[in-house]
Amino acid sequence: MDGYIIATIIKAALILGVISALAGFGTFIERKILAFIQRRLGPMHVGPYGVLQIAADGIKLFTKEDFIPSGANKIVFMVAPIITAATAFIALAAVPLLPEFTLPFTDIVVRPIVSDMNIGILFVIAMMGVGLYGPLLAGMAQENKWGIIGSARTAIQFLSYEVVTGLSLLAPIMMVGSLSLIDFNTYQASGVGSWIIWSQPVAFVLFLISGFAETNRTPFDLLENEAEVISGYATEYSGMRWGMFFIGEYANMITIGFLAAIIFLGGFNPLWIIPGGLAIILKVAFFFFLMLWVRAAWPHIRPDQLMWLCWKVLMPLAVLNILVTGIVMMV
Amino acid sequence: MEAIAFYIFGVLIVGLFLVTILSRDILYSMSALAAGMVMISGLFFILGADFLGAVQLVVYSGAIMALYAFGMMFFDATREVKEKHGSGLLVFILSGASALIMVIIFAAPAIGNKIEPLVQATKGVDNPHAIGEVLFTKYLIPFEVAAVMLLVAMIAGIILASKKMDESLSEVYVGADPETEKKEQV
Repeated sequence: MDGYIIATIIKAALILGVISALAGFGTFIERKILAFIQRRLGPMHVGPYGVLQIAADGIKLFTKEDFIPSGANKIVFMVAPIITAATAFIALAAVPLLPEFTLPFTDIVVRPIVSDMNIGILFVIAMMGVGLYGPLLAGMAQENKWGIIGSARTAIQFLSYEVVTGLSLLAPIMMVGSLSLIDFNTYQASGVGSWIIWSQPVAFVLFLISGFAETNRTPFDLLENEAEVISGYATEYSGMRWGMFFIGEYANMITIGFLAAIIFLGGFNPLWIIPGGLAIILKVAFFFFLMLWVRAAWPHIRPDQLMWLCWKVLMPLAVLNILVTGIVMMV
Repeated sequence: MEAIAFYIFGVLIVGLFLVTILSRDILYSMSALAAGMVMISGLFFILGADFLGAVQLVVYSGAIMALYAFGMMFFDATREVKEKHGSGLLVFILSGASALIMVIIFAAPAIGNKIEPLVQATKGVDNPHAIGEVLFTKYLIPFEVAAVMLLVAMIAGIILASKKMDESLSEVYVGADPETEKKEQV
């Protein structure tokens, strides 16, 4: 029992450290890839190819004055970024990140999942939904009209994508017959042919679209679109509080990448000669790149267009998909 | 282990809901309500009812998000709300009676010995499966009735909101001429 607690604490600390470091690195990757696609150089001055830009940005964020506007609701203003960052990491608790492995030189078997609950998917989706309280509260707590618009857009976004996420995942869940992400992984263990993406292509596309909406990525970055609402919910934030929103956002992007990889693309099963651990990292890296690629290539859409898209196009498609899946499974 | 977690969650839940009802700041009240609902799901997880815990998270985070939207429309979130206090006696009687009823409801099963569970918990079946089995065998009719009720509510909502559904919202307000607006107000 004691060993279990200690192992859990170590796992949680490791995930926290690695993912937030990756989130910091993600900002650099994002700038580099956007620059590459738009034929610019991106950050070049700090270190070789600008790699040390992350350190410079980190120092800047940590040492910047933590400014709270006088009209703001202080406590809520201070708590909001923590909600975003914390829920992003709590969601990762139910995601199996790598295949089981034994520690070198010992015979301890490590399962790289903090808590293997039998409703993994539901928990992750619910936690990421709760994460939207961060932008919502942040926008309402600062006395700033851009903030209010940002949080109104958060509510719109939440009410739009949540239904699509749930319905799009329902069809794969029906096929696997379990809500545990590990069961999804074992279901696709017999090679590329058994990946759920081949039998559920519609669900895959719907999940990706709603995943983009969930992580505020372009084309759904309504909450903080600079051209329209200054910075939306983050207008009054500076320093590390602003940084926490971004760590949360990038952690969510990584979580969506893991979910898409595990549910639709065979998870951490070994792929041809690539071992499972490397395979899932490659898949998640691909999804991360896809998000940046879409950001560079697509304009963003209006809030009412998002609602139109989610309720009038994606939701009927998802329901049809569930119906067809049900008929195929029964007949 | 479980006792420690239970007391942590218990204190947090009671504290948060106290903030909900005692605070005059709309933002504090709603945030405390949302946080309290999330903490309640923690109790479900401790009891091993994972599915109900996740449902609690999904349903209440969504429902309270809609509440926030209303709060945003009707109140200035950074100001305190002025509450009207009516008859003190009425408030006392109503709150006292509801508190008493709650205590009786939760104390009765603990004291009485005539109460036994309708469905025994089965060992070795995980939570979602157990709930599904009970819902679709023993409680099929209440479940379906609830589903039909939700469907009716959904259709009613669509009818209420469907007046200008064919047009984009932004076009409705930019393009509307004053004449038709007046007619609608009448």
